[in-house]
Amino acid sequence: MSKFRKGAVIAATAAVTLALAACSDGSSPDASGDGNGSDTPMGNTLTVWAWDPAFNIASLNAAADIYKKDHPDFTIDIVETPWDDLQTKLTTIAQSQAYDELPDIFLMQNNAFQKNVINYPDLFSDFSGSDVDYSEFPAGVTGYSTVDGANFGVPFDNGTAIDALRTDILTEAGYTVDDFTDITWNDYMTKAKDVLAKTGQPMLSGQAGSSDMVMMMLQSAGASLFDAEGNPTIADNDALTKAAGVYTQMVKDGTFLEVNSWDEYIGTLVNGNVAGTINGVWIVGSIQSAADQSGKWGMTNLPKLDGVSGATNYSANGGSSWAVSSTGDVALAQDFLNATFAGSTEFYDTILPSTGALANWLPAGESDVYAQPQEFWGGDAIFQKVVGYAGKVPANNTGVYYYEARDAVSAALTEIVNGADPATAFQKAQETVEFAMQ
Amino acid sequence: MSKMTPGSVIDRTPRETASGPEHKPKMSAMARRRSLTGWAFIAPAAILIFLMNFWPMIQAFILSFKTGRGNKLTIADPLWYNYARLLHDDIFKQTLLTTLLYLIIQVPIMLALAMVLANMLNSPTLRFRGMWRTAIFLPVATSLVSYAIVFRTMFGTDGFVNDLLTRLHIIDDPVNWLGQTNTARGVIVLGLLWRWTGFNMILYLAALQNIAPGTHEAAKLDGAGPIRTFWSVTMPQMRPIILLTVIISTNGTIQLFDESYNLTAGGPAYTSMTMSHYLYEVSFHRNPNFGYGAAMSYVILLLVAIFAAIQVRLGDKRD
Repeated sequence: MSKFRKGAVIAATAAVTLALAACSDGSSPDASGDGNGSDTPMGNTLTVWAWDPAFNIASLNAAADIYKKDHPDFTIDIVETPWDDLQTKLTTIAQSQAYDELPDIFLMQNNAFQKNVINYPDLFSDFSGSDVDYSEFPAGVTGYSTVDGANFGVPFDNGTAIDALRTDILTEAGYTVDDFTDITWNDYMTKAKDVLAKTGQPMLSGQAGSSDMVMMMLQSAGASLFDAEGNPTIADNDALTKAAGVYTQMVKDGTFLEVNSWDEYIGTLVNGNVAGTINGVWIVGSIQSAADQSGKWGMTNLPKLDGVSGATNYSANGGSSWAVSSTGDVALAQDFLNATFAGSTEFYDTILPSTGALANWLPAGESDVYAQPQEFWGGDAIFQKVVGYAGKVPANNTGVYYYEARDAVSAALTEIVNGADPATAFQKAQETVEFAMQ
Repeated sequence: MSKMTPGSVIDRTPRETASGPEHKPKMSAMARRRSLTGWAFIAPAAILIFLMNFWPMIQAFILSFKTGRGNKLTIADPLWYNYARLLHDDIFKQTLLTTLLYLIIQVPIMLALAMVLANMLNSPTLRFRGMWRTAIFLPVATSLVSYAIVFRTMFGTDGFVNDLLTRLHIIDDPVNWLGQTNTARGVIVLGLLWRWTGFNMILYLAALQNIAPGTHEAAKLDGAGPIRTFWSVTMPQMRPIILLTVIISTNGTIQLFDESYNLTAGGPAYTSMTMSHYLYEVSFHRNPNFGYGAAMSYVILLLVAIFAAIQVRLGDKRD
């Protein structure tokens, strides 16, 4: 409100243009497409942007320790950068062409990978000059970071969805984890109402205005918000309408607790305000942060949608991949990633129990560590379970306009929960996305 | 008044040819030096303002005629494509209405409140005046982001406000303050009031202390009561500062970003999102469309200019 606070955004937009003008006659950096990583000198230090100290940053530190065994002079400089900030930074750097501000490696949400590579190819180095063996990753996962046949990322964590359940609460209501395994959403909703009636605990929680849950249901049936040509398929999407129906009904029943922020959502889990949660397997890290709940959690697969062809009990949410910048020490960065995230069973064995970072790198799944029973999860070998789920997750078509579509679906969901007609709301969402794509 | 300004030098130079050659050149040199001093003082600020403000604004204006994603920008065809697009953008229209709603509700309440507080705190009989003034001004000094996060926590479904209201038996079930359109907008307005009333109050307080006490005494002698004195003596003398605060507040509200971004994240379903927040979404969160974002920023600029012009026309009675 102060006159000194010049329209933040005008200034931001304008500053970017200013920089654009300043750089327009400068030479642009090596285009990413060259992939001649081996020409670049190999130093000893890597700067990395990642966002979660308990998860991907912890994994990086573990990776650095392993890499140091063969490269004693190696040091890593990790800059904790929340995803939203990371995306803003990348956009600003690309728009102002200040590529020397880039780190050597940055982490990227799988869902945002296509958008960034297609809009700003100059930010990335491709991996054609590296030794990374992409056949050791599932095709569905490398697909996120592959553009026109070129690989731009090393897949990191696996977003395979799990249904985590509080076994103590279920017992109180007379259920076991088996009662929630291989079931349909109709069955799940009935049991959820029963659990609520008997224990007062909602089955699930999530951020109001977030489409995560519905997107997981959608993917579990092999459906997407876009068709193969990249046209939005939000209106008259049978799986989407059914998923929204389940979501709305659960909110009405009180079996899905809507909260306002991510912190509140995590709070419902660690404070024991819900009987379970459905999310990407990375949520394990947050669940396990409540040490007093050790032994009280169980894990199974997701319910599947009723009456939708192709419906399965498996889905995914999130997941991320490492990208190497165009201006960093490309050779060192690619060698580091190849030696750890794409080549070290020892590394994945180290990070799995502590962070729940489930490997996408297939050889890691054969390790004994995955079969070890987890005390926190009532002695269940949950990671072996999840590796089993991972192979059955239907592919997801993200495309460039994924975030636009997600936002539009989120807005439509909010309206539907507040009483709007689903067909009308999704039609409007479809139009919003079509408008954004113009 | 214009003696010191750079323009005055022109008046003096031609006189060299006229009369008294021994006197005038000296004056001219002096004037020139004065003039150069003037320029020297103005130049750094002027150059900086031009480079940091006006030049980017010109660039942004040119950018608003370009279209494309990322940095693959081309000149739009037709030139006004981005501006025409705004007319068909339902979300933009929604954010425009929401922003104007904030303006209409928040600015009058805030300024009236600031005026009342300023008059109360100006009273010589009030005890602990310094403490009250500091307390009311303090929110202005807090960080926008941190206050927004505190508000978000307070108004969470399991937050302080729900706790308090349930304890007092005013409500039975927790209200999802930030999850419903009207309450979410209400929380934003409340946040704005909390943060900015003190700022306006300090300006009013300063203006009140500049009013000659004699005018109040004269009114008293003429038999005017406190209310009459306020409306007929105090208010007319406050007019310039009121105009200033109205323009500052209007300007700030139309450009509102932080509260929308940090407090409600624009939700539910875009209904509490402001124009500047949408501009940011379009430029950074989605597939970057900076041309479209720049066009939006010029619509915001235009709105600010129009409102300021109307207010000056209505409020400035100096002539």
